[in-house]
Amino acid sequence: MIAERLAGKRIAITGSTGFVGTALVERLLRAVPGCELVLLVRPSKRHDAAERVRREIFKNNCFDRLKRELADAGGETFDEMVARRVVAVRGDVGADGLGLGDGDRAIWASCDTIIHSAAAVSFDSPLDSAVEINLMGPVRIAETCHAMNIRPHLVSVSTCYVAGNRRGSAPEALVSEGHWDIGLDWRKEVKAARRLRGDIEALSRSSEQLAARREEARKELGAAGAPALANKTESLRESWVKAQLVEAGRARAASVGWPDAYAYTKALGEQALTEVKGDLAVNIVRPSIIESAWAEPFPGWIRGFRMAEPVILSYARGMLKEFPGVPEGIVDVVPVDLVVAAIITVAAVGPDAPYITQVASGSSNPLRYKVMVDNIRDWFTQHPLYDSEGQPIVVPEWIFPARGRVKEQLARAKKIATKTERVLQALPLRGKQASWAATLEEKKNEIDRAFEYVQLYGLYTECEAVYEVSQLLALWDSIDATDRQHFNFDPRSVQWPHYMHEIHLPSIVHHSRAKTTPGKNRIDRNARLRRSVLSPDRHVAAFDLENTLIASNVVESYSWLATRRLNTPERIRYVLRALAEAPTLQRIDRKDRSDFLRFFYRRYEDAPVAQIDEDSRELLSNLILAKSFPAGLRRVREHRALGHRTVLITGALDFVVEGLRPLFDEIVAAKMTVRPDGTYSGNMAVVPPTGETRAEALAEYCMAENLRLEDSVAYADSTSDLPLLEAVGFPVAVNPETRLAAIARKRGWLVENWEKASGAPKMLLPLGPLLSERERRRTFASGVPR
Amino acid sequence: MARPGFVLEVDKSTPPLLFWRGEGFSLEKLPAGRSRVIYPPEPLEAIKDVDGAILEALLNPIDSEPLPALLFPGMKLTIAFDDVSLPLPKMERPDNRQRVIEAVLDLAAAAGVDDVHLIAALGLHRRMHEYELRHALGDRIYDAFHGRGQLYQHDAEDLDNLEVVGTTDQGEVLEINKRAAESDLLVYVNINSVAMDGGWKSVCTGLASYRSLSHHHNPTTLENTKSLMGHRDHSALHQSVWRLGKVLRDSGPRIFQIETTLNTDMFPSPFDFINKREWEWTAKDRAIYLGTTKSLKRTPIKMARKIFHGMQGPHRMTSVQAGETSAVHEVTLQHVYRQQLVEVQGQTDILTMGIPFVCPYNPDGVMNPVLVMCMGLGYLFNMYRNKPLVREGGVIIMTHPTYKDFNPVHHPSYIDFYEQVLADTTNPAEMSRKWEQQFAEDEWYRHLYRTGNAYHGVHPFYAWYWGAHGLQHAGKVIIVGGEPAVVRRLGFTPASTMDDAFEIASDVVGRHPTISHMHVPALLVADVK
Repeated sequence: MIAERLAGKRIAITGSTGFVGTALVERLLRAVPGCELVLLVRPSKRHDAAERVRREIFKNNCFDRLKRELADAGGETFDEMVARRVVAVRGDVGADGLGLGDGDRAIWASCDTIIHSAAAVSFDSPLDSAVEINLMGPVRIAETCHAMNIRPHLVSVSTCYVAGNRRGSAPEALVSEGHWDIGLDWRKEVKAARRLRGDIEALSRSSEQLAARREEARKELGAAGAPALANKTESLRESWVKAQLVEAGRARAASVGWPDAYAYTKALGEQALTEVKGDLAVNIVRPSIIESAWAEPFPGWIRGFRMAEPVILSYARGMLKEFPGVPEGIVDVVPVDLVVAAIITVAAVGPDAPYITQVASGSSNPLRYKVMVDNIRDWFTQHPLYDSEGQPIVVPEWIFPARGRVKEQLARAKKIATKTERVLQALPLRGKQASWAATLEEKKNEIDRAFEYVQLYGLYTECEAVYEVSQLLALWDSIDATDRQHFNFDPRSVQWPHYMHEIHLPSIVHHSRAKTTPGKNRIDRNARLRRSVLSPDRHVAAFDLENTLIASNVVESYSWLATRRLNTPERIRYVLRALAEAPTLQRIDRKDRSDFLRFFYRRYEDAPVAQIDEDSRELLSNLILAKSFPAGLRRVREHRALGHRTVLITGALDFVVEGLRPLFDEIVAAKMTVRPDGTYSGNMAVVPPTGETRAEALAEYCMAENLRLEDSVAYADSTSDLPLLEAVGFPVAVNPETRLAAIARKRGWLVENWEKASGAPKMLLPLGPLLSERERRRTFASGVPR
Repeated sequence: MARPGFVLEVDKSTPPLLFWRGEGFSLEKLPAGRSRVIYPPEPLEAIKDVDGAILEALLNPIDSEPLPALLFPGMKLTIAFDDVSLPLPKMERPDNRQRVIEAVLDLAAAAGVDDVHLIAALGLHRRMHEYELRHALGDRIYDAFHGRGQLYQHDAEDLDNLEVVGTTDQGEVLEINKRAAESDLLVYVNINSVAMDGGWKSVCTGLASYRSLSHHHNPTTLENTKSLMGHRDHSALHQSVWRLGKVLRDSGPRIFQIETTLNTDMFPSPFDFINKREWEWTAKDRAIYLGTTKSLKRTPIKMARKIFHGMQGPHRMTSVQAGETSAVHEVTLQHVYRQQLVEVQGQTDILTMGIPFVCPYNPDGVMNPVLVMCMGLGYLFNMYRNKPLVREGGVIIMTHPTYKDFNPVHHPSYIDFYEQVLADTTNPAEMSRKWEQQFAEDEWYRHLYRTGNAYHGVHPFYAWYWGAHGLQHAGKVIIVGGEPAVVRRLGFTPASTMDDAFEIASDVVGRHPTISHMHVPALLVADVK
């Protein structure tokens, strides 16, 4: 009967790119052959509505069954059928008038039924966006109908959790009409939420807040240059605003009796819809926690990561050792195909259906928390996930702790991790140790996530409300056997152990792409990245110098040159003076690299060019080569052998790196101006290449030589080189400091750990070799660098 | 009177024997009844009046007019001298080179010669550091000539300053330093530590170009060099060099060869025990041995290296002769053999040798794994006349820590050779075919060789080829105490103790092999009958 009743109808659907929406589109296309669909889709940044429908809906494996059935039948192809029956219209439930264009308004107006399933389902949506979508969404749909003067049948999808934090039975009735209603005015809530967005936006732009964001950005990136810092600061500001609004949502919801902003806005949405619907025929369907499909389109079908999956997977990965919950409590889960069937049935029955229908399992076929947990544990004991070393992960025993305890533990773990991280970041770590520090950051993120799960989902596993389904069962009783066969929404039909073991868990593990086979991964990621870096398709390789190719710096090369012609007492005085100055120099360097270079290179004032040139020749053997990373120099040569151009970009002075010239096609280095009397002035000839100017230097070189930055490789060691690394297609972090190691890990960059040759001559201080007294007297020029 | 070298048959009363292990030593017990130890002759009596002997050699040369007769005003005089690879460890000052060159310069000055150039005959070795030149020549010569650009180092890649002298009947091109080729007289000052050096090899390698060197420094020649230290007719290398020498004599500049030999008094006094026979160790020797090895174990390796490379040996001069190259060299060889030759009866299944901290290619630097191979199979294995101490297919056991340490200043191409070439092949012929050219013509290595203090890019190949005959001859090579991964990279077998090494060797030579131990580094040439 259902298929017949909906035949010839035009059904509009919002939220069709979501989990329920996709299943709904599939089921209607497959099981209700006579209907047409109008999908309201918001264009994304890249794709318009029709393209999103094609990519995000019809490419999903949800449609595999339908495609196969159509192919087997041999008539109309899937694409032809979609073209005939489906129209995508551009719109947005968050915009007034649904953001419909003129042409689309006509299409919208021609619909007989509207199924509103668009929602901000995330439990941690910012308050204002939850309000705009969950609360104002249904209101806008009703108002648009009134404005267009049309009277379609509206089926609005809500959630059982509108019942809020309560114990005992939750009936299929409006919360605002129940015993416990506190009489909230939804219009005031909307206004307050909108105002809050403005307030927090304004606050985020206050000078203290901006300073705080800038400081955070600097901590994360170090001296990465103004553009990179600005970019980071702004994105930190945006996430700060979001976090504030999320927190505000949680706080507001908690203050008025809901577990989170989602349930709170949904509840008010129901209330608002009821108030504004007027003579519009409206039915509300409230599912509980929707999980993978029981049978349709195939058992285990799921889209996106839902609520329980991250928690289950964190547990299976051994990240989440404990999760709060009441052992005998009910976890109200319902497979998506049951929800979809119920929605379609309500749409088919029309206004005669109950005003509110709950699709839940808790009251008729409860899944106890302990049973679920035991099932999960059993299953992962039999089918463990494997860690990166190929070892099976043993799942911990579940002890049903109270939420407070788990939170406390996590908070403690996080505190330790944060402190350790801070210490590690402050240490001058490089290379392998830094990567190790970066894994700590990953651990911290895991704790963060676990903390969030507990915060968000704990309320659901601890929920002691029982959702009544008498209207749903009455609806079930009213339909005939054929409909029951095609549109099963009877929660009693789900056998939980079978569902967990055979359907849900295999499905989410498959979905998560977690490692399910023993043994180490064959393909070494670094080897693969290295191959792509050393591919003949690359054509430029840019290298930083200090700590990328040599373990030395401008101060050392200066010291070497400055002491080259000093005798022992003079050397001692030099070393003492240098030590006394070190803190100042370090401070300037931390603040701004180019200021530091400018300041430091003043020391070369009055140095005779000829003498420096002569001494620099020895610098190659004595300092640069002795402190070089042989693997790094080999890499430069490998690039050359492949025909790549090699570019050295360094803040070091040109005469210091002169000895490296045969390795590079181009050297971009700092240069000092020379006075007419043949001495250095101590002033820079051009801006020294640091931070973003390095990226610019490389970009200019590529432009001039007609080469592509996307096909270039850059090697650098610190976050101050981020602009350079980000500018190229193939960044390589060499002996990265902790911050860069973390960034490289996150972004999947190649990391190389190059070391000095272990047989290198050891130098306690970077001083030039002592000249014999006779030689010194002979060559001592009046203008040694000061 | 110095006692001659001799062969000790090891019996139950033989004390443990001294083995070098890089920057340290160990005492190893060899199986009684089937082992023998070859001890070199004790250091010969040295010349008392060295300067007098030098002057005497210059004034009464062999098959040549006296040096003063060859000098005249306005002439171009070039003095070439052996580089830092000789002697080992470095000689206490004054170095024999300084003594000889000062004598030559005095005669030149007396003859009114003022166009004098001094050239370090590096071949493809690294340029010497200033302190090394000062050590070899003395400050007086260095300061007088260096500032004026008349003291410099040979550059086998400086195409503008090389000149082709001629070609042998086998097509070998002799190309040498232009200044030397154009001189009215080329004086070559040798230090003849081993029988392999000197003679025509001095000019034909020390002052030659890469192109010219590659005629004899290649796997085929070195596999057919069955006697580097013995008879010239068994050495393909020396045959080639002597052919080039003929070209040099016929078409090259006039040459005045000066060769000097040393006794084996190689180590300063606290290390006397190295040169002594173990059963003759005094209580003091034993105490010093114990003290040294114990404290070396606690010393950081870099410090230990500094100590060892800072060592200076007495190296007393035993002879000096000058004149016509071939004739002078024959006399020199007699003096070298007098000091080094030990008669040994027959070959054994196993040859054991301790590898010291230094070989000719790492003065003042670390002995990298490639050089461990070169020292063991290239130098020590080749210290024989007639036939090797170990039978063909026998086992060579060396003791050395074989760490993966390289000096990046001196040996940049060795690092890449180890990482790239040895990872691919240890076969000399194969690496020559696949890799040699790439390293030899590498712009960066050439730059470092010419301007820095690096061995030529192709040098690690030569170091490896030096061991080609040994590689071919030995059935198995075992390194005791080396880092296993590094030893395997060399294509050898690692063992943790000498007993393990004998156990491993039993696969090849059975359970009761005969063993020869070369008591080095006091240099010896085993005259195997």
